[in-house]
This record gives sequence, C-alpha cells and structure tokens, in this order.
Amino acid sequence: MATIVDITDEKALEVKNFEFTYNGAQEPSLKNITMPIAKRSITALIGPSGCGKTTLLRSFNRMHDLYAGNRYSGSIEFEGRNILDAKEDLIKLRTNIGMIFQKPTAFPMSIFDNVAYGLRLQGIKNRSELNDRVEKALQDAAIWKEVSSRLKNDANGLSGGQQQRLCIARAIAVEPEVLLFDEPTSALDPISTQGIEKLVIELKERVSIIIVTHNMQQAARVSDYTGFMYMGELIELGVTEELFVTPKERLTEEYITGKFG
Amino acid sequence: MKTNILDKIFENSTRLIAFSILLIVAWIFTVLFQNSLDSMQGFGIDFITGTKWAPNLEKFGALPAIMGSVISTFLAMILAIPLAIGVAIFLSEIAPEKLKSPVGVSIELLAAIPSVIYGMWGLFYFVPIIRDIFGGLGIGMLTAGIVLAIMILPFMAAVTRDAMNTTPDILKESAYALGGTQWDVIKDIVIPYAKAGIIGSMILALGRAIGETMAVTFVMGNVHKISTDITAPATSIPVTLANEFTEADTDLYFSSLFELAFILLIISFSIISISKFYFLRKSRRA
Ligand SMILES: Nc1ncnc2c1ncn2[C@@H]1O[C@H](COP(=O)(O)OP(=O)(O)OP(=O)(O)O)[C@@H](O)[C@H]1O
Ligand SMILES: [Mg+2]
Repeated sequence: MATIVDITDEKALEVKNFEFTYNGAQEPSLKNITMPIAKRSITALIGPSGCGKTTLLRSFNRMHDLYAGNRYSGSIEFEGRNILDAKEDLIKLRTNIGMIFQKPTAFPMSIFDNVAYGLRLQGIKNRSELNDRVEKALQDAAIWKEVSSRLKNDANGLSGGQQQRLCIARAIAVEPEVLLFDEPTSALDPISTQGIEKLVIELKERVSIIIVTHNMQQAARVSDYTGFMYMGELIELGVTEELFVTPKERLTEEYITGKFG
Repeated sequence: MKTNILDKIFENSTRLIAFSILLIVAWIFTVLFQNSLDSMQGFGIDFITGTKWAPNLEKFGALPAIMGSVISTFLAMILAIPLAIGVAIFLSEIAPEKLKSPVGVSIELLAAIPSVIYGMWGLFYFVPIIRDIFGGLGIGMLTAGIVLAIMILPFMAAVTRDAMNTTPDILKESAYALGGTQWDVIKDIVIPYAKAGIIGSMILALGRAIGETMAVTFVMGNVHKISTDITAPATSIPVTLANEFTEADTDLYFSSLFELAFILLIISFSIISISKFYFLRKSRRA
C-alpha cells in the first residue's frame, strides 16, 4: 500500500481510487490512485519515464476526453463535485484548471491575442478590460517588460523561455483555481528555468499547482508536497523535505538515491 | 575509377534531362508567341478587349472567351472553396478515426477521375437538371462552373486536409485547455495554422480550373457572346481552342487562336508562380 501523508489543510483536489486505461491498451496506465492535493500549495510529481505522471496530470482537466476510447474510473473531487462525472461542463472545468505544456505553445497570433485568447473565449470583448487583464497577466508572468513595446508582434518571434512565460500569462489571465505544469522547463536553458521556478513559487499565493518534473532538485526547490509514482501507481506522497530526506517507502528511497530511473 | 566514369555519365545525363525540360518550356513559349504575331500586329490590344469573334469577317476579339474562362473559374472557386474547407475540417477534425481513412481515400480517388468523365457526366446528367431549373439549353457558364467545382473539390479538400493535419496536437490541446470548444480550436488554431497550405491548394486548383478543357467543352457551348445570364451558352479559352483549330482556314484565324493560347499560358503561368510563392513561404516557415 502507498504511503500518503495526511493533509489537514484545505484541499484543492482529491483523487480517489482513480484508474485510467488508454484506448486499445490492455493494461491500465494508472492504478488505484488516491491522492489529496493541498490548496494554494505546490505538489510535485516525480517518477521514472512512463510511470504515468503526464497521464495523471491530464486527467485533472479531462484532456483525455479529446480522444475517443480512453477509459477511467474512480473520482476526482474539485469544489465539492466529482469532475469525472459525465455531466461535468468541460469548457468551464478547463477555465478553472489551466495547463502549461512541456513545450511552449504560442498560438499563431500576436502576443496580445495569445494572452487575450482565453478571455475572449469567455466572451470578454470590452477593449479596456482586455487591455488591463492582459497587462496584469503579463506582469504576473514576469514578461511584461520584455514585450510591452511589441504586443502586436507575432508571438512565435519570442524566445523559448519567453514563449513559456507567455503561455503562463495566457493561462493565468483567465484566473484559474488550479494550474497543471507538465515538465514546463525541460525545453529551456538554466536561466529561463530559474525564472519559471520563481514564477511558479509566486503563483501559489493564488493558485494550487501541480508540477510534473524529471528534475528532483527542481521538485525539492519549488514544491511543498511531492508524489512519487512508479508503474502507474502512486507509491508515496509526502511533505517535500520529508520525502527527500526520510522516504517511507523503499522504492522512493531507491529512486531518489539514483538506484534506478 | 570505373564508378567515377559511371557517376559522370549519370550526372551529365540527369543534367541534360533537366535542361531539356527548361528548353521545352522556352520552346512552347516561343512557338505560341511567334504564331500569335500576325494576330498581335493585326489587332493589338483590341484582341483582348474586342467582343466580336467573327471568323467569316476576319474579326477576332477574345473578350468573350477570356470572360468565359474567368467567370466559370470564379463560379467554380466560389462553390468549391467552402465545400472543400468543410470536407477538410470534417476529415481532419471531426470524423471519427474509423471514417477518416475510407472517406479520405475515396476523395483521393475522386481526384484521380479523368476530366473528360466529369464532362460526360455533366452533359448527360447535370445539364438536364440545370435546364429544368433555369430553362434554356442548360449549357453555359453556370453549368461549367458547377462541373469544374465538382472536379477541383476533391483535390482542394485533400490538400487542405493534409495542411490541417500538420497542426500540432499540443497546439490544439493548449486551446482546449483554455476552455475552447471544438469550433474555437478549428477557427482560431487549425485554420490559421494551415492557412498557407489552404491558399496554396486553392491557387493550384484555380490553375487547374482555368485551363480545364475536357470537363468544360461538353457543358459550355461554344458561343462567343458576353451575356449577363450565366445560364446562357458561352465559351472559354480552352473550349474555343478545342473546337476551332480544325476550322481555322485563314492565317489570321490560326494566329488568333494561338494568341488565345498564349494568353491562357500567361494566366496559368502567373497562377502557378503565385502558388509557388505561397508554398515556398510556408516551407521556409516550417
Ligand atoms: N496516447 C497514449 N496511448 C496509449 N498509451 C499511452 C499513451 N500515452 C502514454 N501511454 C502509456 O501510458 C503510460 C504512462 O505514460 P505517461 O506519458 O503518463 O508517462 P510519464 O510519467 O509522463 O513519462 P515521461 O516522464 O516520459 O513523460 C506509459 O506506459 C505510456 O506508454
Ligand atoms: Mg510525461
């Protein structure tokens, strides 16, 4: 059985007995996951390649529903309801639970339009409201100074690190409750990585964050809680310092001491 | 040593073939131009602006044929573009996996049907329908436009679908992750991303439609008259060429037909150049 730390604070999300199988796969990619996610804190997900980190992360905003034939069971509670319910409004869910991808994904439009995109989807047309919220999001994502003079330029002209911060600005512009990051710095240089890490830490004042990372130092630097996954299961969820210093499970210890993975 | 000689022979023969293609293009241009000279000198700009095509009076004005080509092609594009985009959206974004491949293959098969078959089908099964609806003979620019549209639709849809399929999943997912609907993603992400490819396919289809002979000859009539009624019989440049060379009994008639062909070549050449420009821009960006 997995060792799951007791989280007494308020929870942003609560996964219960979650199982997930990809379309056409024989074996489930996630097995019996039960995992609380603390509110306004950062939870890191670590584990060897293929253990199911991305799969779990993409379950929180029902990304898997974009592709036919994926099966899942169990429940994920968010704001008092089970978001796996068939009646769940996915459009609304995804504005509440945002996602940042591994590679920067600037849309083929201007910097301004990128950040305004989610706002416009919500029907906000008022020019000055759009201007204000775009500026605020860009400031919060620590990229305003670099782009304020060229908001009309194509977003694809930005560097990788800038584009990733633009994607963060785009995600926080709609003011989500939860942000999901899937290895957000794996395509970036060390300086940009530092910038993103700093940003993630600042963001937790307002949002609950789940971050998948291959980099254990990164998990240790930014997160409050860390979950270790292995072969589709959550082996251990603990307070970050405790998990890295005194892991309770043998597998966790072997992984963080570099015996495999 | 021996392979070196073989290499040289191979290299030189491929070079020869490549150059001979250039040579043939230059040759065709020259031949068309030379044979047009009589007509060019005789009529000047009046050839292009003249509305009367009366071989028995030795009067040749190409405007009805040029207009016929332009208008029937324009009609074809207007009809085909929205349909092709619709089919492409369905095939790349909406259709379930099981349907994508069979429908996609049938569309590619449609694109392979020789144009003369579209012409026959148009004459025997389409002309009567147009006749029933609009009266008259049922042949003319409208019928030609519709048959052309059906003919270019599969190619346009297939290329547009391919362009849409190049949109990275992660880009689409990013838009869904912000609360986009399927329609939002199609209109804001997929279409802008595939824009260069879509425009390129349209221009290539345009080039094909404007030079198309067989599909149109059956359903256009061959009447050199500018009419405001698109259901009246008309003509186009290729239709005139296909019909009238056997009747060209004077040098001037003969030369006028060549000038028509020269005009068509210039039009097609320009269209292909523009589309090349678009494709080049696209591949440079990728
Ligand atoms: N689209 C898919 N269809 C079928 N199986 C998949 C799909 N995506 C992932 N899998 C499988 O699900 C399991 C978990 O994959 P997942 O991508 O969640 O791993 P991960 O922990 O994110 O790995 P990495 O660290 O390499 O990103 C793997 O066995 C993988 O092969
Ligand atoms: Mg992953």
